[in-house]
Amino acid sequence: MTTVDTFSEGRDIRRIREDRTPSVATDYSNPPKGAAGNVARAGDGQPARSRSFSGSALLPFLLPVTLVIFWQVGSSAGFISDRIMPSPVAVVAAFWERLLSGELARDVGVSGARALSGLLIGGSIGFLLGIANGVSKLSEQLTDTTLQMLRTIPHLAMIPLVILWFGIGEEAKLFLTSLGVLFPIYLNTYHGVKNVDRDLLEMGRIYGMSGWSLFRKVIFPGALPSIFVGLRYALGIMWLTLIVSESIAANSGIGYMANTAREFMMTDVVVLALVIYAVLGKLADVIARTLERAALSWNPAYQDQGE
Amino acid sequence: MPIGPYQSPLAFISDAELDAHHASQLVEYQEASPQPAGLKLRGVEKRFGDNQVLRGIDLDVPAGQFVAIVGKSGCGKSTLLRLLVGLDEPTGGRIDFVDDAGRAVEPNSRIVFQEPRLLPWFSVVDNVAVGLGDGVPKAFGRREAERALAGVQLSEKAKDWPSKLSGGQRQRVALARALVSRPGLLALDEPLGALDALTRLGMQDLVTDVWRELGFTAVLVTHDVAEAVHLADRVIVLDEGRISLDLEIPRDRPRRHGDPALAEIEGKLLDTILGKA
Ligand SMILES: Nc1ncnc2c1ncn2[C@@H]1O[C@H](COP(=O)(O)OP(=O)(O)OP(=O)(O)O)[C@@H](O)[C@H]1O
Ligand SMILES: [Mg+2]
Repeated sequence: MTTVDTFSEGRDIRRIREDRTPSVATDYSNPPKGAAGNVARAGDGQPARSRSFSGSALLPFLLPVTLVIFWQVGSSAGFISDRIMPSPVAVVAAFWERLLSGELARDVGVSGARALSGLLIGGSIGFLLGIANGVSKLSEQLTDTTLQMLRTIPHLAMIPLVILWFGIGEEAKLFLTSLGVLFPIYLNTYHGVKNVDRDLLEMGRIYGMSGWSLFRKVIFPGALPSIFVGLRYALGIMWLTLIVSESIAANSGIGYMANTAREFMMTDVVVLALVIYAVLGKLADVIARTLERAALSWNPAYQDQGE
Repeated sequence: MPIGPYQSPLAFISDAELDAHHASQLVEYQEASPQPAGLKLRGVEKRFGDNQVLRGIDLDVPAGQFVAIVGKSGCGKSTLLRLLVGLDEPTGGRIDFVDDAGRAVEPNSRIVFQEPRLLPWFSVVDNVAVGLGDGVPKAFGRREAERALAGVQLSEKAKDWPSKLSGGQRQRVALARALVSRPGLLALDEPLGALDALTRLGMQDLVTDVWRELGFTAVLVTHDVAEAVHLADRVIVLDEGRISLDLEIPRDRPRRHGDPALAEIEGKLLDTILGKA
């Protein structure tokens, strides 16, 4: 029987398993060739379709570009006072000046480092708690209720207390940012782990997975879509918290730049700070989305996006 | 050991030595060839709270036999299968796995469900490799998985995501995953239940082929009496937690769909199940 000859050369897997315990590093973040990469591009070689594709790619930028043009025209014609709103050209000039002086790089670097370390600390705590409470009944009973209560407190309401505890230094900013990102990551990780398909968990146990391998092959990948939702939500909170805490007190960072500019009524720099926050926020979101699409390329819901 | 111009720090085992190592294991393996596990059930009972689902099942299945279990919905077929593969414990009686001489054997049992239960984030071949369990060297696992995939005629889909496969193809992957570790007992819980009629017929032949090739003991639960009669050496009717009929199917293989002798047996079974006998 040709169809099943492939089974007839047997090997003792169990025996090999006893002799050595190498890891089966099955890597789900590395999609199999020909599966994820071959998502058909809309309109490949079809003139009619590719025109509508490029049209739809530019369409979202129509409104902002028009607004900026009107803004510039209004400022140049003197309808908009410089004290209320600087002209776009003035903002670009402020950008250029600070870029050359090196101040911009320093401030963006400092703010970026604050945001990232807050995300790393708060995110890891939230992630670990979410995993622990998702897989362990005991851990869930010990901490879930407490966390659910704490998360209802708006973390920015803690500012007076945080200032009393840490003063107005770096620790205060780090604490607030960490606290802000902790809960969305916790909630979504926990939810993701709790909602992993029971049938797949049972399948994993049938095939002898337990502990770490069950986590690595079934629980974590199953919870990943939800974890990414938490991450993207946390990124929004991260920037928000940073803006607020940098405007309380700081001697470097984008918030500091905006605040000192306000004292000297340099509206162009204030607006520049807003633009930088917007760009950084968008950048973080794009990175998260790219990671998401790469890690979840097995999921049909992520296979046709981005066209 | 030959010393070349460059020696990798990990080169203390040469490829040839590694192959020899595998080969010696192979020899040991073929001596202790995978054994089909016969079943010996004595007074097996299962209750969930007040609900007594199985009420004393006595059953002997010789190693390598193909048994089909049919019965009304809710009569305890899935419950029995879960006991056989150790997913649940019986609340009474005992289940033993024996070879032809009555000696106890390790069943290495596997189960295939109606849903394929593939990991959507693993490629097809990695899903099959899951069937080998943990701690298998990756290259070895791949090779075995590819062999099993070829056995279900799905080699060309090895690198695809499961979401790109049809229902029948997914079920074939699930079958390959169950077979890759060469089980002594394979339980099938309505494995073809969700497939369309034509795909079903193809899968029935595939199941027969792999069973004849590998020689495991097969226990198939199905709603389709014609399927039971077509595939099995023996059909068991379960009714209210007891065996109400145990029927040999004395027909040679390959069996033809629409064989009048099989149709007659099928009619008899249906009468028993529906309570007309
Ligand atoms: N885990 C469980 N807890 C409680 N009751 C259960 C459980 N599993 C099964 N039962 C009960 O056992 C009985 C038999 O269920 P089982 O799934 O074995 O039926 P079945 O013969 O496989 O039916 P079907 O043909 O519809 O699949 C049912 O009454 C069901 O409610
Ligand atoms: Mg059932």
